[in-house]
Amino acid sequence: MGMKFFGASVLRKEDPALLTGKGRYVDDVKLPGMLHAAFVRSTYAHALIRGIDKTAALALPGVVAVLTHDDLPEPMRSRRLPLYVPHPAIKQTFMPWVLAKDEACFAGEAIAIVVADSRYVAEDAAAMVEVDYEVLPASIDPREAIAEGAPLAQHGATSNIVTQVPVKIGDTDKAFASAAHVYREQFALHRGGPFFIECRGVVADWDAGTEQLTVHASSQGSHRFKRTFIDLLDLADNQVRVITNDVGGGFGPKGSFYVEYAALAAATMAVGKPVKWIEDRRENFVATQQERDQFWDMEVAVDEHGKLLGLRGRLVHDGGAYVTWGLVLPWIAATSVIGPYVLPNYQLELIVAMTNKITCSPVRGAGRPQGCFVMERMMDRIAHELGLDRAEVRRRNFIQPDQFPYKVGLIFRDGRPVTYDSGDYPKSQQMALDHMDWENFRAKQAAALKQGRYIGIGLSNAVEGTGLGPYEGATIRISTSGKIVVFTGATPQGQSHKTTLAQIAADHLGVDYNDVSVVTADTATIPFGMGTFASRTAVNAGSSVHLAAIEVREKIKKIASELLEVSPDDLELKDGAVEVRGVPGLRKTFRELAYNAVGLYGFSMKADRDPGLEATSYFKPEQSTYANSCHVAEVEVDVETGHVTVTRVLVNHDCGNVINPMVVEGQIVGGVAHGIGNALFERLLFDDQGQPLTMSFADYLLPMATDVPHVETLHTETPSPLNPIGVKGAGEGGTIAVIAAIISAVEDALRPFNIRLAEMPISPEQIVEMVLDAKAANIDA
Amino acid sequence: MPDMRKISLTVNGKRHEAEVESRLLLADFLRHTLDLTGTHVGCEHGVCGACTVMVDDHSARSCLMFAVQANGKSITTIEGLAQADGSLSILQEAFRQNHGLQCGFCTPGMLITLSEHLRDNPDPTEAELREVLTGNLCRCTGYQAIVAAGLDAAAKMRASKAECA
Repeated sequence: MGMKFFGASVLRKEDPALLTGKGRYVDDVKLPGMLHAAFVRSTYAHALIRGIDKTAALALPGVVAVLTHDDLPEPMRSRRLPLYVPHPAIKQTFMPWVLAKDEACFAGEAIAIVVADSRYVAEDAAAMVEVDYEVLPASIDPREAIAEGAPLAQHGATSNIVTQVPVKIGDTDKAFASAAHVYREQFALHRGGPFFIECRGVVADWDAGTEQLTVHASSQGSHRFKRTFIDLLDLADNQVRVITNDVGGGFGPKGSFYVEYAALAAATMAVGKPVKWIEDRRENFVATQQERDQFWDMEVAVDEHGKLLGLRGRLVHDGGAYVTWGLVLPWIAATSVIGPYVLPNYQLELIVAMTNKITCSPVRGAGRPQGCFVMERMMDRIAHELGLDRAEVRRRNFIQPDQFPYKVGLIFRDGRPVTYDSGDYPKSQQMALDHMDWENFRAKQAAALKQGRYIGIGLSNAVEGTGLGPYEGATIRISTSGKIVVFTGATPQGQSHKTTLAQIAADHLGVDYNDVSVVTADTATIPFGMGTFASRTAVNAGSSVHLAAIEVREKIKKIASELLEVSPDDLELKDGAVEVRGVPGLRKTFRELAYNAVGLYGFSMKADRDPGLEATSYFKPEQSTYANSCHVAEVEVDVETGHVTVTRVLVNHDCGNVINPMVVEGQIVGGVAHGIGNALFERLLFDDQGQPLTMSFADYLLPMATDVPHVETLHTETPSPLNPIGVKGAGEGGTIAVIAAIISAVEDALRPFNIRLAEMPISPEQIVEMVLDAKAANIDA
Repeated sequence: MPDMRKISLTVNGKRHEAEVESRLLLADFLRHTLDLTGTHVGCEHGVCGACTVMVDDHSARSCLMFAVQANGKSITTIEGLAQADGSLSILQEAFRQNHGLQCGFCTPGMLITLSEHLRDNPDPTEAELREVLTGNLCRCTGYQAIVAAGLDAAAKMRASKAECA
């Protein structure tokens, strides 16, 4: 059977509704009798809560309830949120209480929930709840937090070190002892928050009669939410249903379960009516998880030709107040350092610090941009020191195409050894360089400089572990009307699953992709799911749809062969029916077959049949599959104002087989914009007391349409051998390497000033300051 | 006691009379009183532009306007953009053809902003479109496909106008 839709840029099934205002986001849910919630949040980064006076708030007309930790139902009141990514190396597992119990550990932590007949009144009342605080010293900078004698970020902690683990390949000391050159760099790497345009939100509805909790949530994984409600309330599987319809962006932090969601469940149980809470943007800046800071102090050892001998150093990661994501982010960062290069010796001391800030969560790229940044900056440094072209240094260190599968020598976040499955890194870089006319840029740069213009070019390579397990499932069922439905726990936030998964199913079932409905993230429709994060859905859910569709196809053929009395091999699926090849009239429609497959009331079923025309598959990848990319960026820097204009970006991306090129292109281009934000604009600021200083889009800048160039893309398709459809993840590849490429380009533009950059983001103020310093030093000299 | 005011306005060609609290935002009135949930609220401080609607002849942030300020006005929201027969407008169709939306949350504001701009500037350059879109944030697309959709729609609108002339 030919693949008709797999690989085609077909239009999205999601679009007609979204373009006409018929989307169903969480704030569009309106239930009879629904009330509205607002939260009372800690105004201090660290404080004991001595008392809460809700009298005035309760007296306000329209207020129905004010709940604090003491008002929560059991066992929720006695349980902290569960930790889903434990690791033996995590020494202190502080997870939050649902509503701060007696201590607030970051500014913005939820202390009480107010329920009222409108959001306006709920907010009025929240401001009237009086909290008696005893302010405690706070730990803000993770480097200071891990020092002896620093204020403890949590009562009961033994120190602010959540974990300290070694990462090791080979014998680094030996490599350094024999190295021709050793260079040291200290990197201050900041990533902001997700800043999806739709803030978080939940509608919770407890039915006291059936004792069932139904929750509508803006999420990246409704099954994870369901599991947490079950864990916190000791409910049975039938008692919780979580539904996620349209989601206005996720980028990582919507995958976390937050205390607000549990508080909403407590609130609906307390008041007996549905309760809605929609996060406003001010709350979003203090209460949605962020990625924030990593500090790397690194040394690289190379031979006289610039070949890597070893890398060593220390990484301090700001984990925030709770350990929700444990080791995940710094571990991914530490393993992503290696990228497409042969690194024989590597040693890293990885430290996760607890601070009085909102918990750190993965944001698009999830530590990979930082790892990539460290290695790519080192490559540029080596090139600079040895007088080599930056591309040439990389060329000398690439893993070669005949080295796959390539074992890096570390364990990845998926628990399996980092084993690159496929790719062609030298070719990927060469294609990108040729496209950008890399060789001739120096001449252009010199000509520009004569006119007083500072232009630069930079490049960066990344290898990205995608398609993380454990599984994602798909059930495909043909209704007795003949209509085809795919059910999956994958939880899209703009990634077009309803289109791409339909494309995969349609090919096997011989129908148009528009004839396949895809139902995502409703826990009532499929028992298990993980959700959409870590560029995993095409690999996991895509493969499951592929496998389930083949199974359904075989069932169709089997039943039809019995009814038509022909061999299954003589049958083909076409336009919603199965027919005998070459005999167009001799056919059975899916409707007839689905009807037959259900069985007849009271009649015995044939022994070799299961009821229904359906199949379920849970694809379980044996390990991650490794996508890769090469980014080249050109910039122009105004040395008077420090303004950086990104003039060109090229991405050569390899995500294996492509299901829908239009969709992949959209992911990459959008990812680049996110990376431009991380390179030049996005920085969350806190004062030394832990008060957030960036609380609006006027303080925290997202890239605008004029900040992003027309992104050019090239595609290499190296199919993955690790899944039946040969795909790799595409959701984060646009972001990961572009940050390092832009910073490299800015440094290249500032070459006349001999400025070295080891930070992301880099602000206009910093550039102006460095240029002025360089000019002053020049005069002094 | 809440201060209540009577208002009367037209939304997508339909007349509405209502009594609203004076502090009620226009965005909330449209979404929760009239159930026109196609208009989205992204920041409530006038930066993201997701809530942009047409007020008479000009685009405006419905999160920065009170419902009472819309008294006597004619409002157009995303629900009012499709053609009379319900099929997508040229601009909406161009968004679909060019993958101008991913999560769709910023889309209502993008469509209103571009509708207004293409009305006033039927032959825009890419740079002009990027400039006009600086009032609308999108976290998914990197704007490229939105700009492409705007240019595509402009070309098709000009062609359709030439055909009619």
